[in-house]
Amino acid sequence: MKKILAMVMAMAMVLSLAACGGGDKSSASAGSAASAGSAGSAASASTADAAEFKVGAIYINSKNDTAGYTFAHHNGITTAMKELGMDPATQLVIVDEVPEDKEQVLAAIDTLVGEGANIIFGISFGYIDAMAEAAEEYTDVVFSHATGYMSNDTNFNNYFGRAYQARYLAGIAAGLKSLETGNNNIGYVAAYGTEYAETCSGINGFALGVQSVNPDAKVYVKKLGAWGDEVNESAFAKELIDSYNCGVISQHCDSAQPQIAAQDAGVFGCGYNSDMTPDAPNAHLTAAIWNWNVYYHTAIEAAMNCGDASNFVTAMGGGAYYGGLKEGFVDVSPLNEATVAAGTQDAIDQVKELIVSGDWDVFTGVKLHITVADGAATVEKADEALVDNTGAEIVAAGGPSVEDGVITGSMNYYVEGVEEA
Amino acid sequence: MEMNQLGVVTTFVHNIVVYNIPLLYGTVGEIVVEKSGSLNLGVEGIMAVGAIFGYIIGCYTNSMAVGILTAFLFGALCGLLFAALTVSLQANQNITGLTLTTFGLGVYFFVGNGLKAVAWPAMNDYANIKNGFADLAIPGLSQIPVIGRGLFSHNVMVYLAVAVALAMWWYLNRTTPGLRLRAVGENPGAADSVGINVKRYKYVHTMLGCGIMGIGGYYMALNMSGSFNSTCWINGYGWIAVALVIFANWNPALAILGTFVFGFFNTLRVSGSSLAAAFPGTLGWLAAIPTQVYQALPFVITAVVLVATSVRKREGSGLPASLGLNYFREER
Repeated sequence: MKKILAMVMAMAMVLSLAACGGGDKSSASAGSAASAGSAGSAASASTADAAEFKVGAIYINSKNDTAGYTFAHHNGITTAMKELGMDPATQLVIVDEVPEDKEQVLAAIDTLVGEGANIIFGISFGYIDAMAEAAEEYTDVVFSHATGYMSNDTNFNNYFGRAYQARYLAGIAAGLKSLETGNNNIGYVAAYGTEYAETCSGINGFALGVQSVNPDAKVYVKKLGAWGDEVNESAFAKELIDSYNCGVISQHCDSAQPQIAAQDAGVFGCGYNSDMTPDAPNAHLTAAIWNWNVYYHTAIEAAMNCGDASNFVTAMGGGAYYGGLKEGFVDVSPLNEATVAAGTQDAIDQVKELIVSGDWDVFTGVKLHITVADGAATVEKADEALVDNTGAEIVAAGGPSVEDGVITGSMNYYVEGVEEA
Repeated sequence: MEMNQLGVVTTFVHNIVVYNIPLLYGTVGEIVVEKSGSLNLGVEGIMAVGAIFGYIIGCYTNSMAVGILTAFLFGALCGLLFAALTVSLQANQNITGLTLTTFGLGVYFFVGNGLKAVAWPAMNDYANIKNGFADLAIPGLSQIPVIGRGLFSHNVMVYLAVAVALAMWWYLNRTTPGLRLRAVGENPGAADSVGINVKRYKYVHTMLGCGIMGIGGYYMALNMSGSFNSTCWINGYGWIAVALVIFANWNPALAILGTFVFGFFNTLRVSGSSLAAAFPGTLGWLAAIPTQVYQALPFVITAVVLVATSVRKREGSGLPASLGLNYFREER
């Protein structure tokens, strides 16, 4: 009898593992979000205000994490608070390891309001309903929701970033490397593909960047089906290198495994989230990174200075903050001089200038053609239609950018030159 | 794109071995433990403990051998804990095993996260370990097309796993202590009556088996290049090993086969789409299966194996008759 019981228990364990194998990190599948410029930075807060102001945060994982999604946000909030002369030890109240369950999020909000939080950040997509509801209940508190799409006119907004712009720059580095090595196959280990606009726009941005220097390059996307899965992140990268003969490996997943796999195989790679050069010094080119503190700085400052919580959305210039290269919210990590091809820095600098100045953006009917000679890059614009990988036209030649709402919420196609592996 | 068909198949076979060897260590270790009559459900946790300590101490001494030894030692220490609780203190084996899993993963994250912030060793800095884990082609055999690189060009810990499995088969079936061990697992009362020290046999073999599991954890740490990113290196291997024991019918040599059969399905997730692209005519359908199915596949197969083997008749089963029962001498 005990043996049967033991077997049943083992089986139950095994099945429960299968059930939760889906990934532990929440991320974005944002809906429509209108663009908003960054808030004009208000006059710096008076010290009295800054000393009394309390920031609340709800995290999906532990505040003690040393890497990953929650860590990036925690780091961003504490950095921003220090910049503003606040003390995170006394002025930051946190409820962490809150699952995406409405009741539990509401309970966390009650706790934070009870502790006197003036602004509450929720970092996970699934907190959306609870935050929208609480914003109506606690009108004297500001609610700010990462990766979401809901907002009101007073004290509730959402925020996210134009990671695709940073991806485009990383794509330039990858494309130049592919020209140098003569290998046109580029791999991309992605948490998901067209299922989420976040991953999809990242892949497309990267691919367009690659093609701006190497029109013959192909990007092969291999999907994990999970936000974090170290074992397979490594295995998938190796598979792309071995079977698809990829010479550069890009990634949209948590760990540096794809970069390490690239290094072991003697090929190159572009990381994500943080500078992965220390993880793979002989392989890593550059990484698309987030500077969350840029938003947190803006938002905390606005909340402190807007007088009443109900003025927050007005002070932020709208209910949706969608910062990019211009705001410094996303960027590429410093180039790894040991690996990048000649002229990469110059090419990236010029394109970055085009995007920051508002002259040009990635998903438009204008394409960039970049050529490098003697370490100097020449960037030329050309009116060309944006076409998906089935040949359907997305933006006509010379046409305006795809709407922000599509980029954050509903992009579900790959551009030309992208294939699933 | 034009795929190199032979290359894809070779990579597939190679990967089946590379990614599933921890299962072999875990399964063989668990067989040794179960043959002594103890059902240890703590494999996952024990592998995690072996992984983290083996990796860190192996790096600090810059020696793979020390790493393997350390992993074995820490695995064995977990085994000592398990034996002390279940053999000496008569605690329930299922609960103790599950506790060990929780405990082991806790230690893993505690040590890993704690060290990560201050001084996490990067495998690249330790040439002896990096080179020690590099693939080692067996002369002659590795020249055979497909299976040459697939089966005979691996790191030394892969060969070690197979050697350990065969050695354990020989030990269990061809030596006197092995015979006595099986007697303890079948009927500890009878074994005791002929003068076998049941307690000692249980202690020693629980520690031996758990040590082997620990090495499996260390393998995974090296296979992940020691990059610690707060998801677990072990990733469910321990649980699958518990089920593979039944699939292998408590035979360490059969466990090798079981590992590869199971590994085949496990590795489809990685290589399925490459196979589909390389053989669009015959295997193209593999690409149409959603990732989530591949994700669940190993566990579904495990469940099927468990059901199938428990329905099978007891005849010829290697299941130790006293498995899961504590031996209390005074009740004899």
